[in-house]
Amino acid sequence: MSCPTHRRPEYRKINKDLFVLTYGALVAQLCKDYEKDEDVNKYLDKMGYGIGTRLVEDFLARSCVGRCHSYSEITDIIAQVAFKMYLGITPSVTCNNSSRNEFSLILDKNPLVEFVEELPAGRSSLCYCNLLCGIIRGALEMTHTTELTHNQTISGGHSKGPFVQEQAYFY
Amino acid sequence: MAIFSVYVVNKAGGLIYQLDSYAPRAEAEKTFSYPLDLLLKLHDERVLVAFGQRDGIRVGHAVLAINGVDVNGKYTADGKEVLEYLGNPANYPVSIRFGRPRLTSNEKLMLASMFHSLFAIGSQLSPEQGSSGIEMLETDTFKLHCFQTLTGIKFVVLADPRQAGIDSLLRKIYEIYSDFALKNPFYSLEMPIRGKATDGRGYSRACTLFIQPSLALGPSWCGCFVGGRRQLC
Repeated sequence: MSCPTHRRPEYRKINKDLFVLTYGALVAQLCKDYEKDEDVNKYLDKMGYGIGTRLVEDFLARSCVGRCHSYSEITDIIAQVAFKMYLGITPSVTCNNSSRNEFSLILDKNPLVEFVEELPAGRSSLCYCNLLCGIIRGALEMTHTTELTHNQTISGGHSKGPFVQEQAYFY
Repeated sequence: MAIFSVYVVNKAGGLIYQLDSYAPRAEAEKTFSYPLDLLLKLHDERVLVAFGQRDGIRVGHAVLAINGVDVNGKYTADGKEVLEYLGNPANYPVSIRFGRPRLTSNEKLMLASMFHSLFAIGSQLSPEQGSSGIEMLETDTFKLHCFQTLTGIKFVVLADPRQAGIDSLLRKIYEIYSDFALKNPFYSLEMPIRGKATDGRGYSRACTLFIQPSLALGPSWCGCFVGGRRQLC
């Protein structure tokens, strides 16, 4: 029952810039389409949710992680295995409260915001990386993690300048 | 062939994908004169041999064709009932082809749902918490291997009892599923997987390529290929 620890040889590398620019074009178009920041955030989250429900199978197939039994385990796996596999970064995890059901993932180096200088005027509450939140929400829902708790909310990706990104998760 | 079938069952118990790769079935075609010395009976919309086994025609074989024309369940291609046709001496001599009946797609759907229920019962019966459910079901003619993912999808493979390396095959089929089915943006989750079976980059083509036995390696081909590099499409 071995799991391949290497990538398949056909796993083509594509130019990271293309991926980052595509994401930027997506957000820019959504900004043109919708006036309000909340709408843009909502649609980014929805798109991310659709991606997350599918990406989780790819992640589980390739990484062979077993079932997690605590919230901190889940958050560690997301940070150390999933983010590493798909974005090549490892966000740091901090626990926000004593009952250990609220965590933050701090992205020091987020490839998605590589070319973003600052958010445009009037778009101060835009969550640029809200797609990532949606992806995580979709992935967790598919693995029935929500059965562990009554409500699960993922609060924004706050872009504090383009430099530090924080995503807080409440289980 | 070492691998007989692959079934993919979704969370709700519905069959979303099925692939058969049986060896050519043993079929026997013979010419008969009246009266027929085999005893035929109607069972489950098929005409089966109930008694009178001989010459490669075994009990349980179904009537597949009469005079070269395939029968349709219990009716001939012309719409006459098979048993009535064979009871009439005017139709003889007649050439009948017998063979093992194939499962229809409805039957496969039903069997997949039943397996899903049995799987759930199996997990409940476990004396320990957090059972994995049915992983293997063994009979004298085949072994059924089942792998349930953390998202609730079940991959079921029916293989020769001596075939090794099915666990890695199940993992590989899961990977292929995540690639071909899920990354297709027009594929809806939990729906039957439709793909090009014979050409292009379909899920069927990838699975078929993967379970083709390598004659040179023999029964342990599965373990060799899964660990190594195998080009898909």
